[in-house]
Amino acid sequence: MRKFDTKIQYLQYRAMTEVSRAAWNNTLQEEILDIPRRIVPGNIPTMRCCVYKERAILAERVKLAMGGDKSNPNVIEVIKIACDECPASGYEVTDSCRGCLAHRCQEVCKKDAITFDSKQKAQIDKTKCIDCGLCAKVCPYNAIQNHTRPCENACSTVKAISMDESMAADIDGDKCIACGACIYQCPFGAIMSKSYLLEAIDIIKSSQNNTKYRVYAIVAPAIASQFKYAKLGQVISGIKALGFHTVVEAALGADMVSASEAKELIEKGILTSSCCPAFVDYVHKNFPKLVDYVSHNLSPMATIAKYIKENDPTAKNIFIGPCTAKKVEFQKPEVAPYIDCVLTFEELQALFDSKDLDIVNMEEDLLDNASYFGRIFARSGGLSDAIVQGVKEIGDADFVAEPVPCNGIAECRRALLMLSRNALKGNLIEGMACEGGCVGGAGILTRGDKNKADVDKHSKIAQEKTITESVSQLP
Amino acid sequence: MKLVVCVGSSCHLRGSRQVVERLRKLIEENKLEDSIEFSGIFCLNRCQADRVSVKLDGKYFSLLPEEVDSFFQDEIMSKK
Repeated sequence: MRKFDTKIQYLQYRAMTEVSRAAWNNTLQEEILDIPRRIVPGNIPTMRCCVYKERAILAERVKLAMGGDKSNPNVIEVIKIACDECPASGYEVTDSCRGCLAHRCQEVCKKDAITFDSKQKAQIDKTKCIDCGLCAKVCPYNAIQNHTRPCENACSTVKAISMDESMAADIDGDKCIACGACIYQCPFGAIMSKSYLLEAIDIIKSSQNNTKYRVYAIVAPAIASQFKYAKLGQVISGIKALGFHTVVEAALGADMVSASEAKELIEKGILTSSCCPAFVDYVHKNFPKLVDYVSHNLSPMATIAKYIKENDPTAKNIFIGPCTAKKVEFQKPEVAPYIDCVLTFEELQALFDSKDLDIVNMEEDLLDNASYFGRIFARSGGLSDAIVQGVKEIGDADFVAEPVPCNGIAECRRALLMLSRNALKGNLIEGMACEGGCVGGAGILTRGDKNKADVDKHSKIAQEKTITESVSQLP
Repeated sequence: MKLVVCVGSSCHLRGSRQVVERLRKLIEENKLEDSIEFSGIFCLNRCQADRVSVKLDGKYFSLLPEEVDSFFQDEIMSKK
């Protein structure tokens, strides 16, 4: 049974599982210092220079599993001692340069940064080079390579990552949109998101088996692409076995959003989506003049959570999804009244194992509320299809929705630039910070093309075929 | 009167949408919007095979979509 794509995920998972197990047992205080040794026993290092460094890094992972550095408002944190201080010299000419006659690299360089030495080998003048990468693209020998840190590369649009004085990665919280792309890209696992596992466990425990108040799990539609070793119904059983009252599809909130966002689009004429918190944050931080274009709808998560609390005022809502930016969103004043905690699928896996729940041997429970259109929000292009459908269902023949689906933050930036110049080819920007949409989020267990196919498959079996039908199921 | 329909996954599969839509219509037709507090809850913990759970002023019922009219007549209209 393969639960994780990388060893880094596994180590984070181990730390989170041990912390959660101790939290359920009320023994975290006593056990906390023993957890790193439990994960790395013996004296032979397998990952770093010595077991002591391995354990020191695990102690940091334990701290993040417990909520991380409370003085740092960002939910994405660098584990400084885990950062390998990768070389970050930018574009460099390697030994593969043959000293050819064509000099395409020089021709293409707009900054005159390339010269040739006495052996006709290319040289890059670092004072002139702007790291555009054109020379690397045109070299027939691939002799020019980019030595950019994977974390900085992952953040090349947002540009929130730089180096601190000790050469370790440093995140600028004023720029960071908490998408978590760097978490997955760092090959040393030196970047993690803060976990709210302890808060979730406390909410569940204090509910006294849902008698003091009911605890709802609101699951993102990307769940259909995760936990591939089990059936979706078994995952739902597992969530209930953790102590949740019930499990609700965030995709039903997406149906509600589709209905009102379609109306908003017709009213305003031009709009961007608001369901991806990293995208919304990106607009606020980089295109403040475009903020008014952002849909005023709450996200699907917050929309369904609001409905739950309006009908069950003492309810506690815990969102479970693929997203690290939701950990920022739920603390915003407009969302905080509705969502009490946010977990990722990785964290849900840790919770299952902290209670030794073997979900593959459980009966299949049900998860059925949303329509096809609500469920496809989980993948790039889904929101666009849903709003087109929403406009169609409203029946305004004079208005045509022309969506511009943006897959990943770089495409979002391009569309926002076009919008700022009144040159957008379309009237609706679907902004998804992660490539592939939510199925490519930083908090997922398994990555890959199959995720989209799994979401589509789950969407097609939805009972409700229209957004109007789906929304009408709620009194 | 407080009328709650279970809209959880299990009841949804058993027709809670049809129950909600019919109740909404009956409430409108009889102009009872002001006297009935109509709401939905995700799981009343009363899952029953083939039937949708409904709670009226603390009392539980389980209905098939086609039983909504008689339920409305017997439990709401006759007791107003």
